[in-house]
Amino acid sequence: MIQIENIHKQFAKNKVLKGVNLNIPEGGIYAVLGPNGSGKTTLIKCVLGLVIPDEGSISILEQPVKNQWKYREQINYLPQIANFPGNIRVRELIGMIKDLRSKPGDERSLIGLFGLEPFLNKKLANLSGGTKQKVNLVLTFMFDSPVIVLDEPTSGLDPTAMIVLKNLIQKERKAGKTFLITTHIMQFVEEVADQIVYLLEGQVYYTGTLSGLLEKTGQKNLEHAIAHITMEKQNA
Amino acid sequence: MLKILKYSFYDLMRSRWSYVYFLFYLLLGFVLLFLNNDLSKAVITLMNIIIILVPLIATIFGVMYFYNSREFTELLLAQPLKRSSIFMGQYLGVAGSLTLSLCLGLGLPFLLYGLFKSGAILNFSMLILIGALLTFIFTGLAFNIALSNENRIKGFGYAVLLWLFMAVIYDGLFLLTLIAFEEYPLDTFSLAATVFNPIDLSRILILLKLDISALLGYTGAVFKNFLGTGLGFLISAAALLLWTVLPVWSLSFKAKKKDF
Repeated sequence: MIQIENIHKQFAKNKVLKGVNLNIPEGGIYAVLGPNGSGKTTLIKCVLGLVIPDEGSISILEQPVKNQWKYREQINYLPQIANFPGNIRVRELIGMIKDLRSKPGDERSLIGLFGLEPFLNKKLANLSGGTKQKVNLVLTFMFDSPVIVLDEPTSGLDPTAMIVLKNLIQKERKAGKTFLITTHIMQFVEEVADQIVYLLEGQVYYTGTLSGLLEKTGQKNLEHAIAHITMEKQNA
Repeated sequence: MLKILKYSFYDLMRSRWSYVYFLFYLLLGFVLLFLNNDLSKAVITLMNIIIILVPLIATIFGVMYFYNSREFTELLLAQPLKRSSIFMGQYLGVAGSLTLSLCLGLGLPFLLYGLFKSGAILNFSMLILIGALLTFIFTGLAFNIALSNENRIKGFGYAVLLWLFMAVIYDGLFLLTLIAFEEYPLDTFSLAATVFNPIDLSRILILLKLDISALLGYTGAVFKNFLGTGLGFLISAAALLLWTVLPVWSLSFKAKKKDF
């Protein structure tokens, strides 16, 4: 479904991705993990065409993505930091995105799920970080697309919203969607992820199941396993 | 692209600045007509103001809008939309709303004064057309600057510098060169040098139209003598159109390569 071949990306002198290869088949939840600055967000932005790789190729549903835009109809993307134009209202924003994608969206049930009704007529600049993230989630989940990319979906969410999010992910997963998620909350990964992709210093260090990673590192939980890999790299 | 144009335009129409700009021109139009008491004279005075002011406003506004709508742009980039149409839509939205403010702001007082009954109608439409072209040119240049500079302060600095250069410094340098090389034939040089500055170009275009090119001194005389009013008019108009197209082309080229 998503093929990433030998992706290199450099920002000024900082080499962020150094030959990433990744093949993601259809269906299932893939968690992209890695320490800060390991290139998770850059990789995801490459998939979306926001960042243009220096080298390598990416294809989604057998279609190369370079200089293309149509393929984004197949992707729902949740950006890491909810940057919205501040002077428009939540209702207008939702209507606008629906209009731009010219696709029917099921925002009503999502607004109910996240309890956003009281905020619909508020301007986005006046919302708290967590509420903005909820709006962000509504915008992401309201369309029916085969690929869903979530960059730090849990940031700023309260426990109730977190549960709603997890249920939502499981529901979409059962519908056969493919997820690509980055996060630093290991508990969240343990609960939802099928497969783990571990990025380290711009390369894929490990791909496989959670238990496989635990076995490889000889640790008893994911948090320690991750810390172990990072420490090992530092000492080497 | 039309949808983005719609939203950018809508967004700008709600902002205070479009109204300030509109009211400013409205006031300017009324005051000039009141002081000059003559349509043709008011047009000439307006020309001098428009040629300096329109580029300044377009540059500042273009840079400001680009940086302010960064969030909106990022949101759009993740949607199934073509990159160049996102930027083109925003560019046309800004340039379009500025042009609208200019047309309405100046158009209203002149209409009320009886523009259609006077002979100044052609000259006035020329003035508005030049104003619109200058708005598109400088908004385009401003978008280019903003797209190439992540840092807002730097972007703003370059934009103001660009305006200062085109509006003031360029003419200064031009004059200095003319004085320094006064013993040489400078006709071709001055013609060429004019083409490289859209502000000078617009000034000449209007002066040729008003048939008062003697006012411009040397360059105007050269233009008139060598090209005749008709050909000079065509050439300067073509150059001005080229100035409008180039920033747009460079904008879509730059947008393709940019990382967000």
